[in-house]
Amino acid sequence: MTNALTAKKLDLYYGDFHALKNVNLAIAPKKITALIGPSGCGKSTLLRVFNRMNELIAGVKITGEVKIFGRTMNKINLLELRKSVGMVFQRPNPFPLTIYDNVIYGLRIHGISKKDILDETAFTSLTSVGLWNDLKDRLKENALKLSGEQQQRLCIARLIALKSDILLMDEPCSALDPIATARIEELMQDLKENYTIVIVTHNMQQAARVSEECGFMLLGELVEFGNTDRIFTAPSDKRTEDYITGRYG
Amino acid sequence: MDKIISKLLFLAATSSTAILALIALFIFKEGVPIMAKSGLAHFLFGNEWRPLQGMFGIFPFIVGSLWITAGALILGVPLGVCCAVYLAEFSPKKWANILKPAIELLAGIPSVVYGFMGVMWLAPIIRTHLGGPGLSILAASCVLAIMILPTIVGVSIDAINAVPKSYKEGSLALGATEWQTVWRVILPAARSGILAGVILGMGRAVGETMAVIMISGNATIIPNNMLDSVRTLTANIAIEMGYAIGDHRQALFATGVVLFFFIMGLNMIALKFSRRKF
Ligand SMILES: Nc1ncnc2c1ncn2[C@@H]1O[C@H](COP(=O)(O)OP(=O)(O)OP(=O)(O)O)[C@@H](O)[C@H]1O
Ligand SMILES: [Mg+2]
Repeated sequence: MTNALTAKKLDLYYGDFHALKNVNLAIAPKKITALIGPSGCGKSTLLRVFNRMNELIAGVKITGEVKIFGRTMNKINLLELRKSVGMVFQRPNPFPLTIYDNVIYGLRIHGISKKDILDETAFTSLTSVGLWNDLKDRLKENALKLSGEQQQRLCIARLIALKSDILLMDEPCSALDPIATARIEELMQDLKENYTIVIVTHNMQQAARVSEECGFMLLGELVEFGNTDRIFTAPSDKRTEDYITGRYG
Repeated sequence: MDKIISKLLFLAATSSTAILALIALFIFKEGVPIMAKSGLAHFLFGNEWRPLQGMFGIFPFIVGSLWITAGALILGVPLGVCCAVYLAEFSPKKWANILKPAIELLAGIPSVVYGFMGVMWLAPIIRTHLGGPGLSILAASCVLAIMILPTIVGVSIDAINAVPKSYKEGSLALGATEWQTVWRVILPAARSGILAGVILGMGRAVGETMAVIMISGNATIIPNNMLDSVRTLTANIAIEMGYAIGDHRQALFATGVVLFFFIMGLNMIALKFSRRKF
């Protein structure tokens, strides 16, 4: 099976600052992959390479080869790429529109305006993030009225509506309480049947709980990448071991 | 010490409110009797303004004010908002840093200068190319549109910049183009701020007097089209106050009362819109 994401000899510079150093990795489809590492090691930067969000920042230079399901990333139309590689942000960021308009936002911008398709999609996407029963009578309300957890679910629903293949999640639970966090983790387990999920997290227990594969980053390098259980029980790199046992970070 | 300061602040607050209330009261005291005397409906909807014959119908001025203000908004708001969107979202930062202050500087030009330029350049162009007397609703609307531009652009840019960056990121990350993001997320999110700018601009357009006197032709008739001359409520007061006595003087105060309600009404409508999120 082709990998969902691969990076070869990936380097990224913010101006003169070398933020990603020779990163090589392959992320398997329909699995949850976690990226861990101390603050500032480049986890978000790496994640944002995959939907080319770094390119919004002036002075960013990227070299190396990135492939999405075997296709070279730079050959894919930017808007198509972002459609298939969706992102969930650290702070839930629903638009200040109605719940309904939020869910079908992606469809609208990609030119779908048939009411029955939009309605159907709103139903299926909200159902698959477990919001439909709670919100089916409130679709015309402002999405900003929802709780943090509901907002984050809504942001995931936006991606499901778009039929994204890969979900990039940058600390999706860090603005949520433990109960909401547990429920979002549960949702991730459900979603993994159909989606490839890459999650950045500061929380090592979370990485251990949800992910099957795990990468440890340090100062812009991907130090170690592999099966989560193995990384947490028998890391092959001394630095990984130090981090996991809490010696720094 | 805190008590004294809070007393002083209280005094300042009450006295400034009291002054405003007194002014309003005075205008009403001067203006209301004549409205009663000629009949409110007659005063508001009468077509004849002949102070010397004791006929005080201000309907033509109400129509004039409405037309000119509407025209100024129709021309000025889209232009101003587009300009703000461009400067806030699309233009290189350097440009925005130069252009925004430059546009705000336009607000500092005295209205008599705008009026003068309108009379000298705009009115002749309208007269030769479109017909009519030149001094017209269209001319006044164009001049006012430019006069309200700095307000609308300035306030709209601030409103757009105040929209959280996370909305923009979220939209782009879903594969939206910059333009789709502006249209579908940023403008709706900035709507109440932009509307505040429009209200401010509208207030300026309704209340503007000098430029309007110079450029609108001041005919006391109900206009048929954009090329006719009109007189506004503000112009009516300014033009005739020098020689008005007795009932005539009171009728000018009554015009002020109408203006007062006019602006208050417009503000209330606008406020209602800006509060309504969905
Ligand atoms: N826009 C930028 N311009 C310059 N340097 C940046 C920029 N964004 C990030 N960096 C730098 O790149 C490095 C990696 O940042 P990144 O945000 O990817 O770290 P992270 O691992 O996600 O950290 P955190 O866990 O705190 O979110 C940091 O040293 C940061 O200072
Ligand atoms: Mg980060």
